[in-house]
Amino acid sequence: MDLFIKEKIKKVKKGDQSAFEEVVTFYQNKVYQICFRMLGNAHEAEDIAQEAFVRAYTNIHSFDENRKFSTWLYRIATNLSIDRIRKKKPDYFLDAEVKGTEGLTMYSQISADQALPEEEVESLELQEYIHKEILSLPAKYRSVIVLRYIDELSLQEISDILDIPVGTVKTRIHRGREALRKKLRHV
Amino acid sequence: MKCSTEAVALMHKYLDDELTKDEEKTLRDHLHKCERCQKHFHELKRTIAMVQSTNQVQAPQGFAQNVMQNLPSEKKSYSYKRWFKSHPMLTAAAIFFILMFGSVFSMWNQDQHLSVSKQKDIIIQDNTVIVPEGKTVEGDLVVKNGNLRIDGKVNGDVVLINGDNLKASAGEVTGDLSQVNQVFDWIWYKMKTTVKDVFSMKEEK
Ligand SMILES: [Zn+2]
Repeated sequence: MDLFIKEKIKKVKKGDQSAFEEVVTFYQNKVYQICFRMLGNAHEAEDIAQEAFVRAYTNIHSFDENRKFSTWLYRIATNLSIDRIRKKKPDYFLDAEVKGTEGLTMYSQISADQALPEEEVESLELQEYIHKEILSLPAKYRSVIVLRYIDELSLQEISDILDIPVGTVKTRIHRGREALRKKLRHV
Repeated sequence: MKCSTEAVALMHKYLDDELTKDEEKTLRDHLHKCERCQKHFHELKRTIAMVQSTNQVQAPQGFAQNVMQNLPSEKKSYSYKRWFKSHPMLTAAAIFFILMFGSVFSMWNQDQHLSVSKQKDIIIQDNTVIVPEGKTVEGDLVVKNGNLRIDGKVNGDVVLINGDNLKASAGEVTGDLSQVNQVFDWIWYKMKTTVKDVFSMKEEK
């Protein structure tokens, strides 16, 4: 599959715009997923995911073909998502550390108290609940958790995407996991 | 072992697949006798399972098409090239017309004679068309039955027809470089007579 993408990228670099459509089709779900989990709402996620692909296209000449295209693309998507969050929220939010005993959100209290009558409802509500708890993480933890567990990337890939050392990735994942554990253990 | 620091650190190492055999044993032994850590470990694993269980979301319908519509418009030269690939005959004919009605500088009465679409700023030496250093050719350049050396610059596409040799290493071409051989061979053969006729008619006027 890497070879398939490599071929397409070569064509795009030569100016064949139509080859890019297959690249988009191949990565659209992954990229949209990153944006959706980072931003939390479908409309914004689509917006940013679209922009990520347009940026990838316009900057395709700066992409080094010896590297993994997905890493480069996810990096664009992650950075754009973080930029968007930054514009919406005050700065401290981004760099806020996870506090030891963060209380449950309003939403989580309600849903934890609720009886869950049917399994289907339970799973849907649970999905929504987990999604919200991931969103409540500060962006720097959220990004590593999303890339690690939803996009199932390796620590090394995450380090390449976010341009931070593997050690930092590990630290953030540990803290992210702990923060989520506190949020989700009552479910 | 301190539960809050050491044991928890080992748990995270485990979750990152980075425990050594010894550490694994240490952690396992500790979990056997420490209920609190057992619970902590269980919660962590459950948390990960929950995060992983969130439905994989899919990009909305028509996503790729929207992206394609939002891309900056393609370089004209490329659409030309792609069009050329899918319509070789029409392209050959188009080039033929360019040669016929463009500013053609040529002696058409000899089959294998060199022809070039522009005269200005171009030097023709033996069988080679040269765009000299420091000179810029504005517009597309078509060379037939000859070699081409670009030392200067061509602001447009370059098409070399039936030429064996294209040297543009030192020079610069802003558009596309293409070489047309077989297709043109065929169409050239077919149209040779017509061309002659057209030109002789022109001369008569
Ligand atoms: Zn313990």
